[in-house]
Parts: sequence; structure tokens; C-alpha cells
Amino acid sequence: MDKWENNRAWFLVLPVFIIVAFSSILPIMTVVNYSLQDIWGPGQSVFVGTEWYEEMLANERLHDALWRQFLFSGLVLLIEMPLGILLALAMPKRGWGVSLCLVTISLPLLIPWNTIGTIWIIFTRPDIGLFGKAVNYFVEFDHTARPLDAWVTLMLMEVWHWTPLVALLAYAGLRAIPDAYYQAAKIDGASAWSTFWYIQLPKMRGVLTIAFLLRFMDSFLIYAEPFVLTGGGPGNSTTFLSIYLVKIALLQFDLGPGGAFSLIYFVIVLLFSYMFYQALQRVGRGEKV
Amino acid sequence: MKLEKKTICLAIYFGLLLMPIYWMLNMSLRTNADILGYFALYPKDITFANYIKIFTDQSWYSGYVNSIIYVSINTVISLLTALPAAYAFSRFRFLGDKHLFFWLLTNRMAPAAVFALPFFQLYSSVGLMDTHIAVALAHCLFNVPLAVWILEGFMTGIPKEIDETAFIDGYSFPRFFLTIFIPLIRAGVGVTAFFCFMFSWVELLIARTLTVTNAKPIAAIMTRTISATGLDYGLLAAAGMLTIVPGMLVIWFARNHMAKGFALGRV
Repeated sequence: MDKWENNRAWFLVLPVFIIVAFSSILPIMTVVNYSLQDIWGPGQSVFVGTEWYEEMLANERLHDALWRQFLFSGLVLLIEMPLGILLALAMPKRGWGVSLCLVTISLPLLIPWNTIGTIWIIFTRPDIGLFGKAVNYFVEFDHTARPLDAWVTLMLMEVWHWTPLVALLAYAGLRAIPDAYYQAAKIDGASAWSTFWYIQLPKMRGVLTIAFLLRFMDSFLIYAEPFVLTGGGPGNSTTFLSIYLVKIALLQFDLGPGGAFSLIYFVIVLLFSYMFYQALQRVGRGEKV
Repeated sequence: MKLEKKTICLAIYFGLLLMPIYWMLNMSLRTNADILGYFALYPKDITFANYIKIFTDQSWYSGYVNSIIYVSINTVISLLTALPAAYAFSRFRFLGDKHLFFWLLTNRMAPAAVFALPFFQLYSSVGLMDTHIAVALAHCLFNVPLAVWILEGFMTGIPKEIDETAFIDGYSFPRFFLTIFIPLIRAGVGVTAFFCFMFSWVELLIARTLTVTNAKPIAAIMTRTISATGLDYGLLAAAGMLTIVPGMLVIWFARNHMAKGFALGRV
């Protein structure tokens, strides 16, 4: 769509800019400050330049956590995006089923994250939890002892928790497609698959882009659920970047390395989000009907 | 036939989705010793003690009130500022538009842990500590960009000819925006309102950092169930069940807008 050229549109954007910049700029500058200093008390610090960055970039445990994080986010996106779209396609379009589906599917999203972890601790316990008991009936399964089981449990919890977000966005996107498009497809005798591929998917590009980016960012920054459920263990098998960051920054109270870590972390998320964003924009343009 | 297969798959998914929720309900109706003592598919001695404690203890239920206040303020601010901005991004080309659009989203990309202290300093220095408005404003950091992005996606899907026709017909911009444009993207507005509500509702770190007593959120109060004797799972589960309720009401009111979607031919 060709846009109108008009710089006065800035006035429409200005409130958003002010309100976000207020909470954004000072904190990030403060963290930049931390990352360049060695701080050992209020008002007691010395400028160390890029020392913390060098130390963090060379840190082996950080590398391990980073690869773990990529694997986790990759799996999350591979499972949740298709599943969410399928759910949105399967959900009813009118009638009482709509309300039932929308309310039910949003339930997991509404529970505070630390509570989700705690509930899943009991839910997956082999002796007193529904899931743990049921699975152990068939195979031995214990997420506190075996890394693979811990991963499976975390992935299940993650998919349970966040697929509804993709599904809700995709559903709203589907509902926003004008009936005229479906009528045209019907007249052309299009199959369900080609209707999906040539009409529904391109029309959902906007919402799916934001769903994809949201899921990437939030899964890459995940903290509360694995911290509560596995505490990063067994061993270090589920120590993701955020968990390691909190270990450095808050438990050892090292603001300098913590600040440097945060900014490196931020830049990684930024770079990948930007790449995904550009790629998704391009894919969309190629497919536009 | 095809329709039925769809419905069955959907029913299975929803069944699995409800399992952990059912387990939370189950836990909330039992005492802590009971939960940790033995496996029970359904609670044998139902007790409402956990719920009664939450409803009678002021420090508990005030947490819900505080959360509802700042989450509502946040949702309203996010929607009111994001609607015109999203319109600008979807319709106009202006200086720095693409950079600004992506910059907005970058505010969701920083790991929160180290940012807690600067946030505390910022909101102390403007004298807003321990107020609902402070948490509402701070949550705008991640909710406003989200709202702009979601709404922009929906607005771009609406042909520009609708705007042009309306302006030729003599509509002023505010009248066009409120009476024609917003109804066209009600699916987007509904889902945006829900997401703003949801993300603000479950956020813990910033909300806890910026509050002491007056505006303490429910998610922070729930961490008090950890005591010297261990975690009170029953109480936590009951509090968890109650945290679902406000969001369910929001989605209940937003559902018609989300399902209706697009009705062309209003102009």
C-alpha cells in the first residue's frame, strides 16, 4: 500500500514516543554506566572501560547458556507457531463456541509466571502430581534428575502457557479478513489449502509477524518459569541466559558484569529480532495477492 | 466429516490445556498437608479455608484491588496513545517512521533483572514511588509498543480507499476515526486490550520494585506463601485461581469484538 507522505503524522506518534522514552532512556543509560564501572558500594566506583565486556564475551558458561537459549527458542517457535495457527483455524467462527473457546484458551496466559512454575512443580511430581503420576505409569520420568526430562517438562509448560497467545492473535487476524475474499475464493473453486495459502496466510502476515517476534523475544528472555520449576538444573542443563544473568547480577551483586551481560544479551535479541522482522516483511511482500 | 475431526482435535487440546488448571483448582481446595501427603484425583475433604483466608485478610485482597487499578490505568493509556500512533504508522510516511517503529519494540528486548534498580531510582526521583500510576506508567514501556504493533497490523489490512472515500464525503478526521475506522478494526482493539491487560497483570519484577505497601500487586503478595515451614501450596493455588478471574472477565467483554472482525461496506 502506498502511504501518504506527511511529516505532521509525528503529532499522532508523539504521545507514544514521550511515554515510552520516559521509562526507557534513563534506565538504559544507567545500565550502560554500570557496565563500564567497577561498583562496590553507593558512590564508590571506578571506570574500567570495556573490561566487563571482554570478561563476559570470553565466559564459557555464558556461551553454553547462549546455545541452550537458541535451542529453546528455536523449539518454541517451531512448535508454537504452527500449533497456534492450526488452533485458530479450528476454532468456531460464530455461536456460543466462540466465547467458550476464547475464554478457555486464554486461561494459561492469566496466571502470574512464578505461580505457573509452582503449580507445575506439584503437577509433575511423580508421587502427588497428576502429570507425573500419569507419565510414570508408562515410563520413568523425573525432571529433577534427568536433563532430558527437565527439557521435556519445560517445553510442555512453555507450549501450554504461550501457544494461546499465537492462537488468539491468529484468530483475531482471521476474523479481520473481509468475507468478500472468501466469496471470491469460492467462486474460483479454491481448495481449503489454497484458500489458506493465498488468502488467509498473507492476510495474517501482520499479526503473525508480531506473534513470531513476541514469542522469540519472550522465550529468549524467559526467566521465572524455569527458575521456579527446575532452578536451572539438573546440573546446568536448563540454565538459560536470564537465570545465569540473575546469578551474576543479583546473587553476587556485581552490577558491572551484570550490566555488560545485560547489554550483550539485549544486542543479541535486537539483532535476531531485526533479522526476523526484515525476513518476515520480505516473505509477505512476495506472497501478496 | 472434516468439521468433526477439527472439533475433536480442538476438544482434545482444550482437555489437555485444562489439566494443569484443574490441578490448581484441586490443590486450592485442599490443605497443604493434604496436598503433600498423598495423590488424590479429586479433593476428598473439600476445604475453602484457603479462599476464606484470601477474602478476609486485608493484605491479601488489597493486592487484587491494587493490581486491578494499575492494570486498568495501563490498558487505557496504552490503547489511547497507541490507536492514533498505529494509524500514523499504517497510513503515513514521515521522517524516521521505520526507525521509530522498530525502536518501540526494542523496549521489550532487554532482560529485566538489572533494570530493576534504575527503574527504582527513576521513579523515586520523580516522587511516584509506591503509587498505582507509577506501575501503570512503567508497564507502558512494554505494553504501548505491543499495542502499536498489533494495531498497526490490523490497520494496514484495511484498504486506504475507505479513508479517502470518507474524507471526500466530508468526514472530519476525528469523526472518521471514531465512527468508521475503529469499528472496522474492533477485532484488533479487542485482542490488544486483552494483551495489554494480560502482560501488565502477570508482570512481577517492575511492579514489585516500584511498590512498598500502598500499591503492592497480587503477584508480589503471593510470594509471601513461602515461609520458614516451606511453601503453602494450597493457599498459592487458591490465589492463582483468583488471579484468573479478572482476565476472564476482560476476554468475556472483548470476545464479541474479536469474533466480529471486519464488516466491509459501512461507508
